Amino acid sequence: MHWSAFIVFLILFAIVTVLGFSASRWHRGDLDLIEEWGLAGRRFGTFVTWFLLGGDLYTAYTFIAVPALVYGAGAFGFFAVPYTIVVFPIMYIVMPRLWRVSKQRNYVTASDFVRGRFDSSLLALAIAITGILATMPYIALQLTGIQAVLTAMGLAGHGFLRDLPLIIAFVILAAYTYTSGLRAPALTAILKDILIYITVIVACIVIPVELGGYGHIFHVAAAKLPATKGSLILSPKLFMAFSTLALGSAFALLLYPHAVTGSLGAKSGKTIQRNAALLPLYSLALTFIAILGYMAIAAGIHTKDTSLVVPLLFLKTLPEWFAGFGFGAIAIGALVPAAIMAIAAANLFTRNIYREYFAAAEGPNREAQVAKIVGLIVILGALVFIVAIPLQYSIYFQTLGGIWILQTVPTIMFGLYTKWFHRWALLLGWLVGMVTGTSMAAAESFKTSIYPLHLGHSVYLGYAGIWAIIVNIIIVVVLSLVFNSLHISNGKDDTQSQDYVSDSSQAVGQ
Amino acid sequence: MKTKNGWYWLFLIPFIGTLWPPFYSSYRPTLAGFPFMYWYLILWIFLVAILSGIVYFIDNR
Repeated sequence: MHWSAFIVFLILFAIVTVLGFSASRWHRGDLDLIEEWGLAGRRFGTFVTWFLLGGDLYTAYTFIAVPALVYGAGAFGFFAVPYTIVVFPIMYIVMPRLWRVSKQRNYVTASDFVRGRFDSSLLALAIAITGILATMPYIALQLTGIQAVLTAMGLAGHGFLRDLPLIIAFVILAAYTYTSGLRAPALTAILKDILIYITVIVACIVIPVELGGYGHIFHVAAAKLPATKGSLILSPKLFMAFSTLALGSAFALLLYPHAVTGSLGAKSGKTIQRNAALLPLYSLALTFIAILGYMAIAAGIHTKDTSLVVPLLFLKTLPEWFAGFGFGAIAIGALVPAAIMAIAAANLFTRNIYREYFAAAEGPNREAQVAKIVGLIVILGALVFIVAIPLQYSIYFQTLGGIWILQTVPTIMFGLYTKWFHRWALLLGWLVGMVTGTSMAAAESFKTSIYPLHLGHSVYLGYAGIWAIIVNIIIVVVLSLVFNSLHISNGKDDTQSQDYVSDSSQAVGQ
Repeated sequence: MKTKNGWYWLFLIPFIGTLWPPFYSSYRPTLAGFPFMYWYLILWIFLVAILSGIVYFIDNR
């Protein structure tokens, strides 16, 4: 048991708990309204949005999983770098449009937009369910971040005792998410990221000094990676897999419900655009976090459970109390996105399933009440998932989740630019894309999202999500041509072209 | 508004620069111990931030 690490960890955890509960009084608003609870009244400026989106998109799971992948596979794990580079141009162009139309029309979720744009509750339901399904295992995986640091600190009891610290952490999380809504992760994200940046900066200076410099670390990694079938420099046969995974992940990331919720919480489209220029600082941190995988190789860390790579590296090379500091950063790094994800899933359920199918006539207060309770259920559901079901299933579902979310690109992203695509074509394209992507992942036993596509005599190794969205888009285009030429109704568009371009509210006809 | 959005085509550059591994899948030249692939990608993080900043200023001139 590493006591000094554990004590530092506990202190940080206590601070974040206090922050989470006190967040309800920050930028005071009526938390009985879903816009206040679920989007914090759309009033976060550049600074808070930076922390919120950063805390949202770069999760504890990333901090554990990326170095773990690099530790075994080497260069391939660095797909995360081009991924988090190209995501910003997409963010700059697309998300302000979504923010603006959502502000004009009081949309709280991406499915609200789909409902309004295409006048189809069925298409909106498909998008909402995709979002909820993809988010649930993602929340569960955040727990593995906490679990990894707890195990590394020696808190490995048996049975119920083993899970007790996790249960405590998630009950606290559920409680302050219930009371404070989106304000809680926004406020705690500020603390989380200060901790993360300090940890990364210190680790990336101190550890290389101890190990003999970056040059030496890369040399050792290059020599040892072939033993795990990895390589320091990307091999040509993985080029397409690397690029398609990076590209597909970038498009998918922004359409995850938690990314939409984080973006809609901003106070203007410009706030999001400024963040596209400022958020790459997180990508820089992520790159160095990925290199921690190489440092672990150079430091001689041996573990079968690769999620322990970073925690074990910290314990071996850093003063114990500082390792505890880093563990606190990782654990809080799990709580921030978990809270946003739960809120996002709750918003989707409340707006696009509950309100649509169960209680259309009830008022906004009821909506917020439902969202809060659903948020609780989502967090506790994720807890049950991780405690009761083998971890491997969460990872499989998370792999599928990315493929699934990518299938909503035509409806949401294309829909932000044009009404040319037909709603039924989008729905059928989505359906075929979901089935295609899922069966490709199934063919690989869900172990990887990389699928070898056989075309003629050639084999193309690429991201299943990209193969699926190509099929999806072809169907959407062909069927849109057919449906439009047959003059099948594409629904009444609730939005107008000027809704998409201006930050300021206009009194346009409702 | 329309004319300004033409600048958005600049955003194609990072896609080409980072999603075409033949450009950077090599060990040499190294920089401060970092193999080429690694410092090249790190350089792009800065470039995409600068590019977003430039487009932002053009957008809000």
